[in-house]
Amino acid sequence: MMDGMRKIERDTAASDIKIQARSVQVFYGDTHAIKDVSVDILDKTVTAFIGPSGCGKSTFLRCLNRMNDTIDIARVQGDIHIDGDDIYDPSIDPVQLRAKVGMVFQKPNPFPKSIYDNIAYGPRIHGLARTKAELDEIVERSLRRGAIWDEVKDRLHEPGTGLSGGQQQRLCIARAVATEPEVLLMDEPCSALDPIATAQVEDLIDELRRNYSVVIVTHSMQQAARVSQKTAFFHLGNLVEYRETGQIFTNPEDARTESYITGRIG
Amino acid sequence: MTTFAFVALLCVSVLGYSLNRHAATRLRANGTRLHSVPAYHGLYSLLSTMVPVVTLIVTWLMLQGPLIDRFTMSGLPAGSLDSLDTGGRQLILAEIKSISRGRIFGDPEAWKVDAADRYVRMHAISGWVLLGTVIVASLGIVGFSRSRVAAEFRARHGVERITSGLMLFCSTIAIFTTLGIIAALLFESIRFFERVPIMEFFFGLNWEPQIPLREDQIAAEGAFGWIPVFLGTLVITVVALFLAVPVGLLSAIYLNEFAPSRLRAVAKPVLEILAGVPTVVYGFFAILVVAPAIRSFGATLGIPVSPNTALAAGTVMGIMLIPFISSFTDDALSAVPKSLRDGALALGATRAETVLNVLFPAAIPGIVGGILLAISRAIGETMIVVMAAGLIASLTVNPLDSVTTVTVQIVTLLIGDTSFDNPKTLAAFALGMMLFVVTLVINVFALRIVRKYREAYE
Ligand SMILES: Nc1ncnc2c1ncn2[C@@H]1O[C@H](COP(=O)(O)OP(=O)(O)OP(=O)(O)O)[C@@H](O)[C@H]1O
Ligand SMILES: [Mg+2]
Repeated sequence: MMDGMRKIERDTAASDIKIQARSVQVFYGDTHAIKDVSVDILDKTVTAFIGPSGCGKSTFLRCLNRMNDTIDIARVQGDIHIDGDDIYDPSIDPVQLRAKVGMVFQKPNPFPKSIYDNIAYGPRIHGLARTKAELDEIVERSLRRGAIWDEVKDRLHEPGTGLSGGQQQRLCIARAVATEPEVLLMDEPCSALDPIATAQVEDLIDELRRNYSVVIVTHSMQQAARVSQKTAFFHLGNLVEYRETGQIFTNPEDARTESYITGRIG
Repeated sequence: MTTFAFVALLCVSVLGYSLNRHAATRLRANGTRLHSVPAYHGLYSLLSTMVPVVTLIVTWLMLQGPLIDRFTMSGLPAGSLDSLDTGGRQLILAEIKSISRGRIFGDPEAWKVDAADRYVRMHAISGWVLLGTVIVASLGIVGFSRSRVAAEFRARHGVERITSGLMLFCSTIAIFTTLGIIAALLFESIRFFERVPIMEFFFGLNWEPQIPLREDQIAAEGAFGWIPVFLGTLVITVVALFLAVPVGLLSAIYLNEFAPSRLRAVAKPVLEILAGVPTVVYGFFAILVVAPAIRSFGATLGIPVSPNTALAAGTVMGIMLIPFISSFTDDALSAVPKSLRDGALALGATRAETVLNVLFPAAIPGIVGGILLAISRAIGETMIVVMAAGLIASLTVNPLDSVTTVTVQIVTLLIGDTSFDNPKTLAAFALGMMLFVVTLVINVFALRIVRKYREAYE
């Protein structure tokens, strides 16, 4: 146990800052959903966001790829830099940003297209494949990474909406990795999955960490402990504590964090 | 007297309602557990009185007229109807009736005045008997219902059965009306095909129905090939769709996806107003604005343009269809869940790509359904083409020519004094039949597509 933890510390120490957020505030109309959150998210690291329901985890996640732009009443204040660029700068094109920062949603949302076209959609619009063979290869690799290849390889041209809920979610994960994002935001990606698929997705996350930065929202403390190196605890829109995962679970500093991870507030 | 019957029925039913309701309330006050709440006991009495007695009154009123007519005629002195055909008898009956209403012309024979007296008396008797029957029947039913009030009596089930029966009846009205229309059209069409060979109608390339001015006039036989007429309808429909589909689609996409919400709030109601403009007004627009504009434009280009072109009628019909198509498209796009839009945007798709690749395919069944319904509206549209299209059927697909449509021909065939047993009049029914069949087929297609797409997200 101690050995593993030391290894994690060594890993994170070697990483650079990928996303730097300073004094981020989010309002939905009059609701103040995110209150003055500052956080540094490291490259080649898995960061877990935990916290009780409604505390603003999804909201903060959506700030990182500007998906809050699609909500009319949402207002975002503060600075968020990715690789040193202010992503809310008017010169930044949210379309390019989202190609770089992928997202998996809380609820599976496959397009009403074939499984193949679901995966191929991102590579097609970004011109990632020059030939049909290349595209086929991307599709297969993505589906394998999404831990769903074996289940769908014989029905690639059937509609993605015909899959089960858990399969749909893995399809969406595969769809998100198909565009090779540098940052992958995952909003409770495993809430609809069985333990086997969950383990496969966690393996994927671990693998993605070699090249990317992954942010995962989860309600499962075990999952956060298993996959992440850093953990951020949110409570009522505040970022209460943000530290190495091992430390936050063994030795929380804030009383609120301790009550949450021991199950006293939820 | 009929009014009295209805009033009596109403009073008795309300009485029955309150009787039953009070009885049930009293039962409950005594501590009995009722199967149905008191209001249902009241409603049970009300409905089981109303429904049969109203049916009785209506049937009575329907039968009373013909029956009294028959009694009046059979009561006439022997021999007074001899040597009269049906028409003559009708005439005498009409005279008797007008005498009974006090409108006496000249000096009618005494037996006619007698008959009129009897006619009046029979009506009065019938009215009183009706009133009596209604009162007795409704009181009887009220008494019977009152006797059924009991703890375990399932009044609610009774009420539910009666109301679902009523709903069934209402829904069958529409079905029976449709069947009636089909039957009428079919009947007249068959009479048409007895006079004109089916083959000529379906495959003939000439449409020249000469309308005889008098019954004894021997007009040229006329030609009844529906192809040029239907072709005219098609040309105008195609022109209309060429305008309405792109404009309607693009405006819906713009309003749904790109427009700021304030513009949308203004533009949507305006489009809906456009949908409410009477088609006559569109017709004026076609005659006064579009047709002259097309003609003068053609003149500047040196192209001969006929005064009432298919292009003018089709354009205006297209304008009429724009709100139709755009509101269907708008609904279909709005029905696409927000999560799909987010999914595409999160992959780095632009708004246009999202619309084109994700929203549009998801909405396409709804949109196609809307377009098909628009087509069947265009085919059946009458007023615009009556005003703006031509009368002569010509076998052409050139939108700058004058064409006629199925609906225009139906109108011209039936306008004015026509006798209902010559092929020129009956042809209108055959055309109507075809119109009905074509639009029916399109609508069935459209509804199937729309239904399929509803299932996609539920
Ligand atoms: N589209 C929206 N419009 C208005 N308010 C919103 C919207 N989305 C979220 N909120 C509000 O913002 C707050 C944070 O919501 P958020 O979805 O970020 O919570 P969460 O931490 O992801 O919760 P959960 O774990 O249940 O997913 C909540 O109070 C919520 O009501
Ligand atoms: Mg959430």
